[in-house]
Amino acid sequence: MATLNILVAVCLIYVTFLFVVAFAAERAAKQGHGGWLRSPLVYTLSLSIYCTAWTFYGAVGYAARSGLEYLTIYIGPSLVMVGWWWILRKLVRIGRSQRVTSIADLISSRYGKSNLLAVGVTLLAVIGTTPYIALQLQSVTLSFDVFSGSNEVAGSIVDRDSTALWVAMGLTLFTIVFGTRNLDVNERHHGVVIAIAVEAIVKLFALLAVGVFVVWGLGGGLSETLQRIDASEIGMWEMRGDRWASLIFLSAAAFLCLPRMFQVMVVENDHESYLRTASWAFPAYLMVMSLFVVPIAVLGLDILPEGSNPDLFVLTLPLATGREGLAMLSFLGGFSSATSMVIVASLALSTMVSNHIVMPIWLSATGGGAKISGDVRNVVILSRRLSIAAVVALGYLYFRLSGGGTALASIGLISFAGVAQFLPVLLGGIFWRGATRTGAFAGLSVGFLVWAFALLLPSFGSGVLISQSVMDNGLFGLAWLRPQAFFGIEGMDPLVHAVMWSISLNTLVFFVSSLVGFPSPLERLQGAQFVNVYEHSRRPQGWSGSAAQSEDLMIMAQRILGAREAQNLFEREAQRQGVSGYLPDPSPDFLQILERELSGSVGAATAHAMIGQIVGGASVSVRDLMAVADETAQMMEYSSKLEAKSEEQARTARQLRQANEKLTQLSVQKDAFLSQVSHELRTPMTSIRAFSEILRDSEKLSGQEKVKYSSIIHDEAIRLTRLLDDLLDLSVLENGQVNLNTQTGVLVDVLDHAISSALTGSSDTRLTVRRRKSHEVVHMTTDLDRLAQVFINLIGNAQKYCDADPAELTINASLSQGQMLVDFIDNGSGISKEDQAVIFEKFARVGEMKAGGAGLGLAICREIMARLGGSVSYLPGQGGAAFRVILPLAASKTTL
Amino acid sequence: MTEGHTPLFHERKSYRRRRLIDMIRMLPLIGAFLWAVPLLWPSGKDSATPTSLAIIYLFAVWLGMVLLGALLARLLKKAEDQDPDRGT
Repeated sequence: MATLNILVAVCLIYVTFLFVVAFAAERAAKQGHGGWLRSPLVYTLSLSIYCTAWTFYGAVGYAARSGLEYLTIYIGPSLVMVGWWWILRKLVRIGRSQRVTSIADLISSRYGKSNLLAVGVTLLAVIGTTPYIALQLQSVTLSFDVFSGSNEVAGSIVDRDSTALWVAMGLTLFTIVFGTRNLDVNERHHGVVIAIAVEAIVKLFALLAVGVFVVWGLGGGLSETLQRIDASEIGMWEMRGDRWASLIFLSAAAFLCLPRMFQVMVVENDHESYLRTASWAFPAYLMVMSLFVVPIAVLGLDILPEGSNPDLFVLTLPLATGREGLAMLSFLGGFSSATSMVIVASLALSTMVSNHIVMPIWLSATGGGAKISGDVRNVVILSRRLSIAAVVALGYLYFRLSGGGTALASIGLISFAGVAQFLPVLLGGIFWRGATRTGAFAGLSVGFLVWAFALLLPSFGSGVLISQSVMDNGLFGLAWLRPQAFFGIEGMDPLVHAVMWSISLNTLVFFVSSLVGFPSPLERLQGAQFVNVYEHSRRPQGWSGSAAQSEDLMIMAQRILGAREAQNLFEREAQRQGVSGYLPDPSPDFLQILERELSGSVGAATAHAMIGQIVGGASVSVRDLMAVADETAQMMEYSSKLEAKSEEQARTARQLRQANEKLTQLSVQKDAFLSQVSHELRTPMTSIRAFSEILRDSEKLSGQEKVKYSSIIHDEAIRLTRLLDDLLDLSVLENGQVNLNTQTGVLVDVLDHAISSALTGSSDTRLTVRRRKSHEVVHMTTDLDRLAQVFINLIGNAQKYCDADPAELTINASLSQGQMLVDFIDNGSGISKEDQAVIFEKFARVGEMKAGGAGLGLAICREIMARLGGSVSYLPGQGGAAFRVILPLAASKTTL
Repeated sequence: MTEGHTPLFHERKSYRRRRLIDMIRMLPLIGAFLWAVPLLWPSGKDSATPTSLAIIYLFAVWLGMVLLGALLARLLKKAEDQDPDRGT
């Protein structure tokens, strides 16, 4: 058992190492210097999750049983990669332009954003992947058995099950921690991808090490090894052409359709040009991976005793020759292959299950997608986590039920044939505009049924799930429906038979149903989008969004994308439209972009439905339909130009109106301010004059009275000074003549100072301040006094103007792209839209001067922040008045 | 770029780039053909090809595909850097 303990220790160390790597990658990405995390090399390595434990252990077993046939499994993907220009490039382009989150999302999105189709694809993917996950667990437990030497011990079954359970739980934990840490709009997971790239190197290195040892250590050199190969059981090239061809086809199809491959290849792809490198680098990886398989198989057959499991030669060969260290390395290689596959597969499947099954059910159960309260992201993340656990649990269950007896290769091939059923629908969807949802549904159903009937059910053994009489006489006694001899054609290899019939019937039904049916407008629109993805870099517009309210949209978007991302998106779009602030016009363009962003988080179908609820019905306009019909392209172009022009004019008019309103308001304010200033100056002046006259003229004043009057004079003079100071401060700031006193400090101290001076200065401290100090430990180099002045002003405003009872002020600090964001959000009634436009102007005051003050505070804040290289702005849609202070972390470049 | 407005002839650089892409498109077909060749080899106990030869052949094709693929990818990158006209 000593070896077992060492083994467990090595596993734990290795897993900890992966955690650290993934964590470091996430951290680097978050701090904005994660450029190296995304490179063609990492992309290529992440593709290597194609090589699972099936490759690592199973390929040798496969070669020992059927010679060079194992190569088909790697030749297929190599062809797909080398032929990237045909299919992959288009898939990646579509994936990026449509923000596709999974293969189910792609198919559902192409066929009119049909959720029913997405549900179907998801279920098929789960059914097809479960045996595969079981296979990984099986291989890990087998390799554990080999090491612990408990292979022959009767009680080892219990151990096996608990090993598998531990592995399953560990993997679930890892996937949950790094796969659902945040709801990324792009659905990209830096930590996971880096961990997988590392695992790719580990498994390649391990297999190469074993191979080199076998060829040069055991085989006695290259030429001798080749001679040994020729002398072995698999020494002659005897290939069945049907299996050779159909397995190459099958592996190529599976490479495109496996949910986990789709995840790393399309969803996690960061740049289209990475494909160019991966197109040759990944075939090279596969080539090297399969290079030493035959030598290992042949020497294993040669050296190891009769009846040893060839699936484990990679481990047992070094062990039998006393190379414990090499065996340990090889074990780690197998362990990495298994773990990386389970992690990505469960991640990909959980996205599908959560987006297409859990979320729609949850949304309809809570009654109405848009009006939901609370942060939807928590629900999404929770449902992802549960889905991950469920997917891995299914794999574990399958492992327990199947007893782990079948050879690795055959389970893998059944799984491949299952997911390959997506191929006709996928390729039809991206190359043929005539493909329809009905066709896709019918084709998938037929293909899946044939696969289940001809391959999956018989694989459990006759009499288990499918009776012997059905096997012999066909379903319902119909001889042409025998699971392994459709239409009475006997003598075919069962796998070739199942693949050929399922794929060809699938394609035929898909094609004919598409021809006969008639697609809905949305399907036709999406069809044109997908098939002509290179021409349409812009989507035709599907929303007529005049009724939509930007603020409602913002509230919804914040709940799904998270406050920060939503605000960034809205601000960016507003800027693009030339509108200031955070609320862009709900133009069709903007709605389209918003929908695409949302679909990155919850899938196309759900996002479409949610926007539809706010905007009040999606519309495929006449113009969109004309875009589909090519013959009217010119007319469309002309009319769209006109439309664009009139839209632009409308926008310009709106902006002009805005500007005009602002000007009028400003002039009114200026008048008001002048009178206010004169009033403010006059009141203290009057009392100063009055009391100084009293002091001068009255002789009978007591000492006490003198003190009283002179302190009134003093107070009034201070008030005057303060007013003049403010005015002076502002004019200095505006003229840029200010000297900054740059210091280094921590945000939390500045806030502490600001809060205490803002709140203790006044007798009325009814304001409660909520903070998360752990987020405020940010070091920065700037003028801390000036920054504190801004904070004091914002806190003071909240204290003065917040009309809620009890009044609360929430201060959120966070980091984003090298910038520090500090939000001040109170729970009052907020600031009306008209006032939002002017509060930062000089002399502006909200309401009827109820709190005194000259209206200079926010204007000064804005000037200060501008000097510090940051900004302060009003943040709409937060429930109360909210201000955001943005400050760059790097020392500000202001030299003034 | 836009539909219906693609010119009939392209300048020389564009032309070269297009032929390069044709070659990239052709590569998998060549690979599929070469990898199917072993199926034509004689089988049977006496005349069958030894596995070592089959391995050498299959991996040689593989290596050839990788090298050619790498070369084409390089050329394409160069061509795209020079030629801003990315119409396909």
